[in-house]
Amino acid sequence: MLKVVENAVPVACWACSVAHNESTLFCPDCSKIQPPTTGDYFSVFGLEHRLNIDLPALEQEFHRLSRRLHPDRFARASENEKDWSLADTALLNDAYRTLKDPLRRTEYLLKLQGAEMGVSPEACSGTTLLQNQEKIQNQEKIQNREKTSRVPADLLEEVFDLNMQLEEMRMARKMGQEDPELKESLLTAKEKFVGLVNAVDRELRAQWTIWDAGDAAARQPAQQAMMALLDRRKYLSNLVRDVTEILGD
Amino acid sequence: MAEGHVVGIDLGTTNSLVAYMEGDRPVVIPGVDGSNLVPSVVALDPVALDPTTAKPGRPTVTVGNSARKALIETPERVIYSVKRLMGRDLEEVRTELKFFPFRLAGDIEAGEVPRIQLGELRFTPPEISAYILRQLKRNAERFFGSPVTQAVITVPAYFNDAQRQATKDAGRMAGLDVLRLVNEPTAAALAYGLDRAKEGTIAVYDFGGGTFDISILKLCDGIFEVQSTNGDTHLGGDDIDNLLLTIALDEIYAEHGVDLRAHPGAVQGLRKAAIDAKIKLSTEQAAHFDIELPNGDRYQREIPRAVFEMLMEPVLKRTAAPCKQAMADAGVTPEQIDEVVLVGGSTRIPAVRALVDDLFRLGARGKKPHTELNPDEVVALGAAVQAGILAGASKTTDDMLLLDVTPLSLGIEQLGGTVARIIQRNSTIPASATEHFTTGVDGQTNVAIHVLQGERELAADCRSLARFDLKGIPPMAAGLPRIEVRFLIDADGILHVSAREQRSGKAAEIEVKPTYGLTDEQVENMILDSFDHAEEDFSRRLLIEARNEADTILAAVARAPQNPAWNELSAEEQAAIAVARDRLVLIMQGSDLNAISHAMVALDKATRRFAELMMDAAVSSAIRGKTMSEAGKEIDETVSAPHDFAPAEFK
Repeated sequence: MLKVVENAVPVACWACSVAHNESTLFCPDCSKIQPPTTGDYFSVFGLEHRLNIDLPALEQEFHRLSRRLHPDRFARASENEKDWSLADTALLNDAYRTLKDPLRRTEYLLKLQGAEMGVSPEACSGTTLLQNQEKIQNQEKIQNREKTSRVPADLLEEVFDLNMQLEEMRMARKMGQEDPELKESLLTAKEKFVGLVNAVDRELRAQWTIWDAGDAAARQPAQQAMMALLDRRKYLSNLVRDVTEILGD
Repeated sequence: MAEGHVVGIDLGTTNSLVAYMEGDRPVVIPGVDGSNLVPSVVALDPVALDPTTAKPGRPTVTVGNSARKALIETPERVIYSVKRLMGRDLEEVRTELKFFPFRLAGDIEAGEVPRIQLGELRFTPPEISAYILRQLKRNAERFFGSPVTQAVITVPAYFNDAQRQATKDAGRMAGLDVLRLVNEPTAAALAYGLDRAKEGTIAVYDFGGGTFDISILKLCDGIFEVQSTNGDTHLGGDDIDNLLLTIALDEIYAEHGVDLRAHPGAVQGLRKAAIDAKIKLSTEQAAHFDIELPNGDRYQREIPRAVFEMLMEPVLKRTAAPCKQAMADAGVTPEQIDEVVLVGGSTRIPAVRALVDDLFRLGARGKKPHTELNPDEVVALGAAVQAGILAGASKTTDDMLLLDVTPLSLGIEQLGGTVARIIQRNSTIPASATEHFTTGVDGQTNVAIHVLQGERELAADCRSLARFDLKGIPPMAAGLPRIEVRFLIDADGILHVSAREQRSGKAAEIEVKPTYGLTDEQVENMILDSFDHAEEDFSRRLLIEARNEADTILAAVARAPQNPAWNELSAEEQAAIAVARDRLVLIMQGSDLNAISHAMVALDKATRRFAELMMDAAVSSAIRGKTMSEAGKEIDETVSAPHDFAPAEFK
């Protein structure tokens, strides 16, 4: 069953009136589905905020909850139950999609922490969509990483070279020419940058462990490190994607 | 709450089927002629003058085999492959119609749902589909002897929001409560996964009449979890037919100076010949065109298989890229795919099988694709399984659960015309995203939002789903209002939007204007027959329909002795037909619907060999093992088909 989150407000079950924790998806007493919870993605799975996650267990729990919550189980239920099943399942799916992916999970946790640090949650959500919007100060740090990522300082020279080669390759392709030497060099560069991405992943994992085990004081620097690592990773994987695209299959 | 049967419907481009769970296995419900397939063809019968008022009477609509016959006689009153027009806007329909003999109604404005001119009437694509659905509904009702009001309908996995909504609208017009839209490849996986407790990764390659889908699923303990899906809603057997058709038309024009394009009926005749040739080329090394032209010339041409395969290579190749993308999105290599399932009539083509073998390295791994279930029926069977899951009525389906994904990313247009993705493609549905909007000008009370579907970077290249205004925002300084908009894709893959202003706590009024589609009111007005639910009416109607059908069968049987094939039957066979005929004549006087149905099926069975003989006489041995009714429609028009699908009243 789901873990009880301490700060949740008890509410009465709509079906049996027994009081239960607001962040449960089912009434613990009569097992009826409950209106969507206000909990975060971790609480959907009854998990503490942790970055190291047991993925097979997460999948198993996802399947178990899906069997109970999915709209297919409520095709002939009351309209309310149908609506709740839809909302609860959407939450479950969103939560699973976020938590099973190491990068999304890290970003999500950082976002939650950002909220705790006093940054309003909406300021940290997703990409910007505001119509004629003014940039909100706090937002810039986490948001729009794609646009704001800068070349990692230690890689300036290599990235410059790589971009030159990419451009050369594009030109050659346009002219219908093949340059085996250039191709070879791009393959080597790709290998190197893939290696760098893997290195970032290893460092991220190390920071996870620090964050998971640490107290507030230890977590603060870990969070900063993870933000920087995510930035770096995004930049590197975009480069790898460009090279892969140009090299074809 | 209604607890009747929930049926599963495959609403196909070429053929449609209805199936249900008979205990723990899915079964296709045949039409009264014993045929499982209802051609997705709708014809408007010629209007007779009403003798009492001397005004034109109500036109009637025919669906299925008899409508198909009308294709050659009155092509301007017939529509087929309407699925290709579902949920498409005016421009798309215009492009599509280059290959079809039907016309758009003249007075359509941009943004309106296009209507097709059929004789003197106009229909939207969902209305045409509704007629097909109603025929299937009636077939099921006849079969059960009770009303059917709930259904699961399948759609191509790669259908977008508008196409899905159009399909749901069609269901509603046909008097069906559509409990779920299921993706066709996923349905096929359900049908295959039923009897074997499979685990592992499977790919479903679904190449039908008008659409192509690829889905990759993970099966685990009764849970069918779609990992990724891809496809092309504009790619199918039709495209292969068109290749052959175009060549024939061009050659006829070049060699004989006859422009058949000006004769819709002749084009349909030629299309039929092209389809026959295509089918023949799946089993033989060559096929022939031999067609008499209006000027008395004959157009004769041999098409060797090698030439055919060269012709369709570009079409086949277009299925490869979606397969590779789907594998990449699922994060699997071809070697990690444990099983491949083939769905759709076009997978009977040897070149298609060769491509699949290559794409998934099957032969190299000593594997073969699954083709055990009839590729024409497997989607309907899967729809029935899903219907069983929803009805919760069967032990077999109790542990099964389908987790499908949205095929296309959902995004919002940003400043500069780019798209911000808010729900990525291949997200498990239901899926949601919450976004926050604010104002840019002091006192602004409206914010316009444009929702799109697709993978391209620019809004102009994606499919526009809806535009809406967040209205009634309390006037505040620019940037201060904080409007939360929630986007939810439901289990049918259809988008819902809701909004609220957080600072003032006021719910922002929101009116979602679909860029394309019918309004609720329009759908309401198009509902085919509102009296469908009336129980009394219902059984009376069934009886009348059954008697009409019996009459048609009997008339055909009465003509049978004039056919030379009749003399090839043994005396016993002739006697058996006579017995079945007399029995039907007797029973149809009564009002026992079931008995009439059984007697009709018995007569159809008794004439099966006759049908075969008739076919042997008329065409090559390619089409064997069919009932008389199917044979009738395959052979030329002078051989009378024993009976048609019951004409449906048009209200």
